[in-house]
Amino acid sequence: MGKRTVIPFGPQHPVLPEPIHLDLVLEDEVVVEAIPRIGYIHRGLEKLVEKKDYQQYTYVAERICGICSFMHGMGYCMAIESIMEVKIPERAEFLRTIWAELSRLHSHLLWLGLLADAFGFESLFMQSWKLREQVLDIFEETTGGRVIFSVCDIGGVRKDISADTLKKIAGIMDSMEKELKEISEVFINDSSVKSRTKGVGVLSKQAAFDLGAVGPMARASGIEMDMRTQGYAAYGKLNFKPVVEKKGDCYARTSVRINEMFQSMDLIKQCIAIIPEGDIKVKVTGNPNGEYFTRVEQPRGEVVYYAKANGSKYLDRLRVRTPTFANVPALLETLKGCALADVPILILTIDPCISCTER
Amino acid sequence: MNFVKKSPWILHYDGSSCNGCDIEVLACLTPLYDVERFGIINTGNPKHADILLITGSVNEQNIPVVKQLYEQMAMPKVVVAVGICATSGGIFAECYNVVGGVDKVLPVDVYVPGCAARPEAIIDGVVKALGILEEKQKFARKKNS
Ligand code: SF4
Repeated sequence: MGKRTVIPFGPQHPVLPEPIHLDLVLEDEVVVEAIPRIGYIHRGLEKLVEKKDYQQYTYVAERICGICSFMHGMGYCMAIESIMEVKIPERAEFLRTIWAELSRLHSHLLWLGLLADAFGFESLFMQSWKLREQVLDIFEETTGGRVIFSVCDIGGVRKDISADTLKKIAGIMDSMEKELKEISEVFINDSSVKSRTKGVGVLSKQAAFDLGAVGPMARASGIEMDMRTQGYAAYGKLNFKPVVEKKGDCYARTSVRINEMFQSMDLIKQCIAIIPEGDIKVKVTGNPNGEYFTRVEQPRGEVVYYAKANGSKYLDRLRVRTPTFANVPALLETLKGCALADVPILILTIDPCISCTER
Repeated sequence: MNFVKKSPWILHYDGSSCNGCDIEVLACLTPLYDVERFGIINTGNPKHADILLITGSVNEQNIPVVKQLYEQMAMPKVVVAVGICATSGGIFAECYNVVGGVDKVLPVDVYVPGCAARPEAIIDGVVKALGILEEKQKFARKKNS
């Protein structure tokens, strides 16, 4: 047994823009234990419900995380709508689905780029982010914002997308699909990329289940779990199947996410084909009273919203269980026994979002 | 911006931001905006950096980290606060674990507003910071001579 060394990783580290601190206990080059320390981004958002009323809080919910901003807003709105028994117009549900899938697309592309950066493939990073700008352009054209666009509101959505623009989006999806195929070829088939991801950080199906992994992390280990199959928003009317892989290594997680991108494009096109005409918002009056759980599938996995209202303007309690939080135990498990050089890649394959973990 | 005298290197630290501003900072480096063509590089090493870009507000836990990063940077240096969170705490100002804008702990030279701050605004802020960096350099030279 070699001598044990402790290497601090973070909070400011080049591979991750966000601060997380890990104490890596090493024996020679091998990690035997990883001790996380979080709290650098904790703000105390859940308690803010006492100071901002339930309508204002939509804006705060969107800022739980800037990457899946839209889906956080949507989850929160869905919880409040269910408490108040508001039925939102069908068109709004489809629009929500379109924006949600676009968000997934942009988030996964962002992740692909960061992964490429983590194994030192600079030009691939640039290519992925270049592709991502097209999605952001769609956001900007339809809502006015690039990353945080506050378009979801209790009772529906704030902006409509015209038929012309919808057609244009479908066109962009077609052309993006081709470009994405080119990039994903490199991730899937390039031998040097494969040598960094294949067989690295294996998470078995049982371990994924025991540790409560969610999202692509669980799906790459063979657990078929996708909250979209519950059929919230317009998902019930669309035709899709969760993407599942068996191996549970970094390569499987990469290919799950890549296939999900193609799936998202397909879902967007399906939505555009059958989106009904009509209103986009119903007026909501009064205050919520009651409690509700919502589960939404975000790019990183399942997010759980629990809201408890007491009939006044301010909610009693809001609890958000975010996907990265659920994936951290699984990450620590995969870190054990890996080489030090693989640590950045392993941390990235859970697609960490520290900002929503700590809220 | 058709002429820059110096290609500053940037150190980016995420205080307690929501990621919105961080990904916009990164977007500045990627093909659409591509500030790297001016030699502006995002470095991970504070000793190499001229400009400290901070997104998000500060809290008890990250104040020592932010201070340490600032102290490790070589003189002259400038601090740019990106996003409304970094300037004042923004939407999170009332949270119990938010102390406030970055100027509570560091001398901030440029404030970039926006939530999320747009890449154009961030680049503009960095260009402004360059001017300040030059001033500081001149001042330091005068003092030494
Ligand atoms: S200013 Fe807005 S986008 Fe930027 S970190 Fe703060 S909340 Fe997020």
